[in-house]
Amino acid sequence: MARQVKKIICIVCPRGCEITVEIEDGEIKSIKGYTCPLGKKYAEKEVVNPERILMSVVKCINGDLPVVSVKTSKPIPLSMMKKASKALSDVSVEAPVKIGDKIIDNLLDLGVEVVATRPCNEERRAE
Amino acid sequence: MPEGITSRSYDVVVIGGGPAGLAAAIKAWEKGLRTLVVETRDRLGGIPLQCIHLGFGIHYFKEDLTGPEFVYRFIDKLIGTYIDYTVKSYVNKALYISPFEKKLEIITPRNTEVIETKTIIYTAGARERTRYEIGITGPNPAGIMTAGEAQTLMDMYGVMPGKKILIVGSGDVGLIMARRFVLEGAEVVGVVEILPYPSGLMRNVQQCLIDYGIPLLLSHMVTAVKQRDGRVSSAIVVEVDENFKPKPGTEQEIECDTIVIATGLRPRTKLLEELGARIDPRTKGPVVNEYYETTVPGVFAAGNALIINDYVDYAVEQGEIAAEAAAKYVSEKGIKIKKPVQVELGRNMRLIVPQILTLTNDALFYGRVAKPEENVWLIFRELGIQIPQLKVLPSIMIRQKIRLDKLEELIDSKLTIEVIPRG
Repeated sequence: MARQVKKIICIVCPRGCEITVEIEDGEIKSIKGYTCPLGKKYAEKEVVNPERILMSVVKCINGDLPVVSVKTSKPIPLSMMKKASKALSDVSVEAPVKIGDKIIDNLLDLGVEVVATRPCNEERRAE
Repeated sequence: MPEGITSRSYDVVVIGGGPAGLAAAIKAWEKGLRTLVVETRDRLGGIPLQCIHLGFGIHYFKEDLTGPEFVYRFIDKLIGTYIDYTVKSYVNKALYISPFEKKLEIITPRNTEVIETKTIIYTAGARERTRYEIGITGPNPAGIMTAGEAQTLMDMYGVMPGKKILIVGSGDVGLIMARRFVLEGAEVVGVVEILPYPSGLMRNVQQCLIDYGIPLLLSHMVTAVKQRDGRVSSAIVVEVDENFKPKPGTEQEIECDTIVIATGLRPRTKLLEELGARIDPRTKGPVVNEYYETTVPGVFAAGNALIINDYVDYAVEQGEIAAEAAAKYVSEKGIKIKKPVQVELGRNMRLIVPQILTLTNDALFYGRVAKPEENVWLIFRELGIQIPQLKVLPSIMIRQKIRLDKLEELIDSKLTIEVIPRG
């Protein structure tokens, strides 16, 4: 009988509840310590397949700043975060960029988009 | 409106174009005030522009946004109004002439302007504590910077600050940057915290440190920095006892090329002090009433210049309250005092705003406790109000509104706020 107790800190909101999940033979037996339904849902997912939203920057050509900030449209597996971030370091876009502009259609075949979170205007050239 | 100062006189000048200032300016304009925003950086938005992580707007918009997404909702709104704004501009001098006349000398890229205003809303934010304030003295090699500076370098300008990074202080900015460094390919050799518990939120300890296996050295401090060829080469780290004194024999040398200081923020108050505003030694910001008006009539403060906030949403809320107050000040010729009340700190309260009351408005209190406790009452003693709290922590602000009809029941000339164990 494989019995396991996992302690996790909820990241859904700033409250940071400590949640204890009891697992037996790969099945969740009990979840304790959450204070809202979102926390319970988070704990169920976290013990099986932790996921995070990736936030980063990509190069912006001819922009008023050299980079534009981006995020994944949905969470990706935690184990893929470093690899996905590395993949973004090879990406560049051309100014202008608006918030919500799609930068990548399908990041590393994970089925998520990468979208801009900060506008980048075209650089104003000196007259 | 395009950028520029179009008038010699305003009803309100907002100093600082971050979230508190933008929210204040928009609210002031909605209330019909002639409004000018002065921002030192080359664009509006303030610090959230470089905070590319999520966690903004959960209270205000009921959405989880990144810093730029959050603040651009305000910028886009402001651009659609007739609010004047000037960037790359600095208020060099502020002079209080009379309750309805303040003079500001503003240096802009075009010229130096002297303008008059009836009111000022000061939203210039905070500065970061430096290495010297946490006792890291000695030589100044390349590679020592604050967390905010590292964030500006990476997330505004795309420059990596180092390869092997030691972070001093476990506040939220430090934790967030630890994750950014690792995701951009650097090694974070540790986060050093002098307190026995992390100063940032537990969720950031989880998603920024534990997720990536970054060591958190609690009850530790940096005592010295070593250099090689003008660049940081290592830090001497030591364990401390409960009085923060180094424990003999616990010294270790940690190799690193960069030291990032993330040991908290202090309200920026220079201009307020020049205007004669009283500063609270606890918040390190100005003493204010329930309108967030400083002790100088018609000069208001909001955001991190008022009190170091946990959430940008609070800064916005304070900006809006200050702007409504400025509108009242202009239309009613000042803020009247019904009865002056001193707000006092009782058991386990470390700081609070507002510190004084006029008893003419609802009061939105923000405070911090001195030490962590569970199952307590938050008590407003002379009003007989007690509010149960499951858990209080120094890292989590207390926010409590007390309505005017309640406040009016106050007989004393003081109001004591305290935290008392339940049962």
